[in-house]
Amino acid sequence: MKRRISRFCMYFFLTLGAVIMLFPFFWMFSSAFKTTQEINKFPPQWLPGHLSLDNFRRAFAMAPFAKYFFNSVFVMVCSVGLTTFTTILAAFAFSRLRFPGRKLIFSLLLSLMMIPFEMLIITNYSTIVDLGLWDTLTALILPFTSSIFYTYILKGFFDSVSDSLYWSARIDGSSNWRYLWKVMVPMARPSLTTIILLNALASWNSFMWPMYVISSDKNRTLPWGLQVFTTEAGSYPELLMAASTVVVLPVIILFLFARKYIVRGVARGGLKG
Amino acid sequence: MKKNKQKPDRELVDRSFLARIEPYLYLLPFFLGIAVFTLYPVVNVVLMSFKEDYSYLTREFSQWGLANYDKVLSDPKFAQAVGNTLKYVLLVVPISTLISVIVANLLNQKLRFSALFQTAYFLPMVTSVTAVGLAWKLMYNKNFGIINYILSFFGIDKIPWLENAAWSIPSLVIFGVWNILPFTIILLLSGLQNIDPQYYTAARVDGSGSLRIFLRITVPLLAPTIFLVCIVNTISCFKVFSELYPLFNGKPGPFYNLYTVVYYIRYAMMENRKYGVAAAAAIVLFGFIFVFTMIQRVVQSWMSARKR
Repeated sequence: MKRRISRFCMYFFLTLGAVIMLFPFFWMFSSAFKTTQEINKFPPQWLPGHLSLDNFRRAFAMAPFAKYFFNSVFVMVCSVGLTTFTTILAAFAFSRLRFPGRKLIFSLLLSLMMIPFEMLIITNYSTIVDLGLWDTLTALILPFTSSIFYTYILKGFFDSVSDSLYWSARIDGSSNWRYLWKVMVPMARPSLTTIILLNALASWNSFMWPMYVISSDKNRTLPWGLQVFTTEAGSYPELLMAASTVVVLPVIILFLFARKYIVRGVARGGLKG
Repeated sequence: MKKNKQKPDRELVDRSFLARIEPYLYLLPFFLGIAVFTLYPVVNVVLMSFKEDYSYLTREFSQWGLANYDKVLSDPKFAQAVGNTLKYVLLVVPISTLISVIVANLLNQKLRFSALFQTAYFLPMVTSVTAVGLAWKLMYNKNFGIINYILSFFGIDKIPWLENAAWSIPSLVIFGVWNILPFTIILLLSGLQNIDPQYYTAARVDGSGSLRIFLRITVPLLAPTIFLVCIVNTISCFKVFSELYPLFNGKPGPFYNLYTVVYYIRYAMMENRKYGVAAAAAIVLFGFIFVFTMIQRVVQSWMSARKR
């Protein structure tokens, strides 16, 4: 009996906590479908009277959210592609190839990880201006093509692959390049999935850097475009919530399918911060 | 054994020029990015913080010196920023850790619907701070907000969450805790899963109750992880910035009362165009982070030494 009560309490508190954690999302989605009258009611109305995509249509008409969406996807794809490429090559070099100072260089890189991006912004901003890339999508991609953290994760996996596999491939006449792409990369699929997902999320949600380097409407990505939209649509919270839904929904769907990979990466210290 | 391992090495190692530069070719794309966008900025920000009267247009400066640090440290706005940041850290870190220890411990039990619970608790981690921040802003609304409505059941009067200077820190902290919980829970959960289940079996054989097990076994064995989580969260809370934007329409608080260190850097750079001052403030921020990272390193090496 006592056991059953404690089980019940456990589920009760977990459910209560889960409801609190999910509530902002529920409120966002529910408000995205409300009319202007419904959203300004007190006591608040829990659910919209009827489902219509009107708010989405109005939000997309007021600000170029389709363009923002495309920009976000474009930046994410380029950024993930480039970063994955440099990460694979560098992780392989640090894990498998021999060159003087290999260990020292890697540990120096690891200590660079503690440097916050906030400290680099001042110079990177000037660099982007000097390169003539201010207010271009390239400015959102270029500074993030190399990641020490992702290289560290992938190197960890490469290190766990046994030496004999490498040497037998070499004896069979395979080059390092071939071995990397034909043997190591397919084997590293779980680690690579984690890296790609973390990178995609970071790119999709990126807010501070675009705020510094993007000014024109046509080059904004979703989070920064959304923030600018608040000044135009501040008096229409239902439109803001519709726009926010567009930013958040793809990520939520991704998370439902790839939770395991994302959580594994986060447990190693990635994401947010 | 050793001989065997070295043999193929010697025979297969190609001494040609191409083979010798091969590693550097692999590293080139990676290092290009690191050199331009990490290494050079680190050196440059340090130099810039000592350049007095730096002009962002001409890139000229009058002399080397400490004037920027003097300006930062004597600026009441910076003092306010540090104060707010410290308050934020001192509230968010303990609150989120306390909640997370409990939740992680519950999630670590054999549960039905555990995937569902995990999804619910981890979701805020992947969603854009700006977008969910706008939802929080709507919930915080003084007149129509759902939070004040729910509080009215308990006889609490309408709280001016976002309109009143005294309430701006609590509003930011609640949002911040909600935001950082998933990350904290995940780290603690992986710490819990590293605890040897034998301890629990032994305790159960002795007939200890679950609260006793939690306090006498889980908490002490989890203590190193809890400590590390606190450090990591302290570092990330020091950088609080993006959370402010959606809540206060891009302003640092309703009356410009909620400057944080990172917000101050942006303000010095983009509004005042004083890059030297911004650089000095960034170095001060790094100072804080450096101290906590060193504590983390020391404790981590001490922990792994004890494990062996």
